[in-house]
Amino acid sequence: MVALGQFLEVLLSGLLAGVLYSLVALGFVLIFKASGVFNFAQGAMVLLAGLALVRSLDLMVAKGLPFWAAVIIGLLFAAAIMAAMAFLVERFVLGPLANQDGLTLFMATIGVTFMIEGGAQMLFGSNVYPLRLYPDDAWFMFENIFEGGILLNKLDVWGGVIAGVLVAGLALFFQWTKTGRALRAVADDHTAAQSVGISLNWIWFVVWLVAGLVALVAATVWGTKLGVQFSITFLALKALPVLIIGGFTSVPGAIVGGLIAGAGEKLAEAYLGPIIGGGIEYWFAYVLALIVLLARPQGLFGERIIERI
Amino acid sequence: MKKLTLALAAFAIGATGMVGPAIAQQNEQFVPALVYRTGPYAPNGIPFADGVADYWTLINERDGGINGVKLVMEECETGYATDKGVECYERLKGKGPTGAAYFSPLSTGITFALTEKVPGDKIPLLTMGYGRSESRNGAVFPWNFVAVGSYWTAADVAIQHIAKELGGMDKLKDKKISLVYHDSPYGKEPIPALEARAAKNGFTFKAIPVTHPGVEQKSQWLAIRQDRPDYVLLWGWGVMNSTSIKEAAAVGYPRDKMIGVWWSGAEPDVTPAGDQSTGYKALMLQHGAGKFKVHEDLDKNVVSKGKSVAKDTYAQVLYNRGLINSMIGVEAIRTAQKKYGNKPLTGEQIRWGFENLNLTEARIKELGFEGMLQPMRFSCEDHQGADVARVQQWDGKAWKTISDYYKADLSILDPMVKEQSAKYATEKKITPRDCSKES
Repeated sequence: MVALGQFLEVLLSGLLAGVLYSLVALGFVLIFKASGVFNFAQGAMVLLAGLALVRSLDLMVAKGLPFWAAVIIGLLFAAAIMAAMAFLVERFVLGPLANQDGLTLFMATIGVTFMIEGGAQMLFGSNVYPLRLYPDDAWFMFENIFEGGILLNKLDVWGGVIAGVLVAGLALFFQWTKTGRALRAVADDHTAAQSVGISLNWIWFVVWLVAGLVALVAATVWGTKLGVQFSITFLALKALPVLIIGGFTSVPGAIVGGLIAGAGEKLAEAYLGPIIGGGIEYWFAYVLALIVLLARPQGLFGERIIERI
Repeated sequence: MKKLTLALAAFAIGATGMVGPAIAQQNEQFVPALVYRTGPYAPNGIPFADGVADYWTLINERDGGINGVKLVMEECETGYATDKGVECYERLKGKGPTGAAYFSPLSTGITFALTEKVPGDKIPLLTMGYGRSESRNGAVFPWNFVAVGSYWTAADVAIQHIAKELGGMDKLKDKKISLVYHDSPYGKEPIPALEARAAKNGFTFKAIPVTHPGVEQKSQWLAIRQDRPDYVLLWGWGVMNSTSIKEAAAVGYPRDKMIGVWWSGAEPDVTPAGDQSTGYKALMLQHGAGKFKVHEDLDKNVVSKGKSVAKDTYAQVLYNRGLINSMIGVEAIRTAQKKYGNKPLTGEQIRWGFENLNLTEARIKELGFEGMLQPMRFSCEDHQGADVARVQQWDGKAWKTISDYYKADLSILDPMVKEQSAKYATEKKITPRDCSKES
């Protein structure tokens, strides 16, 4: 019974950790869907959003504002910063590079990553800034069945709820709003979308803004978990196997991919790690991604591309 | 802004000796600083770099340099990456009239890489509290100075403290002690010393790796929750430390049963976890946080003149460590000047200074470090100079010293140093120096 309890505990914590990776992966999916660009800067965007939020929040709390008011203003300020970033990226990077091939745009986003990382640290500092937006203590469930119960971190559960709301919101946005439909049209065919009067520049601005707002949401969760600090940028590397597993173009795929990657890496660390030396969870998700790549290159939920040759 | 301030400060250090540039340059000692003010380890790298820079500024401002020889510093950003560290080393090693005085990379990974290079370039490597533990043996590692304490010292002292809490060394028998470590050369260093202690004292030792940078360690802590070790030792750096404390809190592992190494015992390691850090303990590389006599001099000669690069980091644990690091380097140069004259010295001459450095109680007091350091003396055989450490505990607001000095058990560590350094000498085809013939 102890072994089963331990297994369930590791599995549940892995699933919930995976959802937190999905929060970052969603930003990648949005931009890839709309522009075919793999945005390497998504991790750096989480850092920028988190720093803008926590530094403004701290400043306002120090000025005597109530915490709830400081949070609202901090979120608005961070959203404004992400909007400014989206504008600058569209205006000075993607706009001039329109119609270049995917690899060029990908390389451009690597440049954007370093600029955001450097700029964010220069503007807001490079220390660790604690953020407390969600509870981060634990629940112990089924204590009457399993000795010591099954541990569930409240922050991870909050992360799951937030990811669910985010996915529902994005689905509604894509399905029911004019801009959302325009985004889907651009994703399907740039040229056709332009021919019916959809402005590519506007769409790219919107999609980077939405990805920026998703980064802000991810920053609230990851900032509470780790403190807002540079290491948040490494989340991009955690999101990559999630994307490969779920598919680069599927919002639900990002969630399912996260669940698989999270559960897989945690179970591997707990049960395989002691046999082969431990410290394997960082790369084990990539093993899973590789298996999916070999079996289904477009990912579990990705669109299968059939081209005439 | 901090970078700008630093650049201005660096310029100011140089500018103080700019009357007659040619003459001034001839009388300048170049001191390089490998720093990381950006990147994942910046929160820990910044206070150390601030302390290093401020002490050099103090020497120039208060004393006009070391016996009239001005210090000229230049920082190079490594981001804690070994490749960048080596690149910085190559760029800075030849600067100044006599080349770099010594290097302090604040990274075990960079230290491992530079250990191969410094013998050829004849530049000392001051790795205070980190680097290869066996480099204490100066006969095999003439250029490395693992000053004040090695990771083996730290591991031994941690076990001694646990034994004291338990009521004696015999109480260690059948206890479980786990090590949560950064999966890197740094994190792996204490394992041999802990294994030796486990064999001697009869406790069960388990090493649990955490991959860089340490943001995800849930499975490790769930395993600890199941295994329930009596104590957990933490060998982390940067974000890994605060994440460990948070995960420990999440699984209900008592923080006062955790003991971090001295690189897991500074303010950036505990403040991100807030109240969850209360009770957490860490080793001290002898010193802690707070102001001492040297800070009065800094206030008067550096801070009040607006020449300090430190802002929030002043007198923090790692800032003070930076001060000590520079003080040891400066005193080594001063010692070397007694033999070679009051002029800019080469790395080789300064190496002699390190090897003959004797920081007595009186000298430590004179330098303003009384209460921060115990006396230490280096020699050809001993490049560590000291074997003592203390333990501190975070009370939710500040670090409080909770123990006297422990002396590492050299009957365990000395044979390990000899064995490992001999192994290194064989691998690298090094003929150890005969220290009895050195002067």
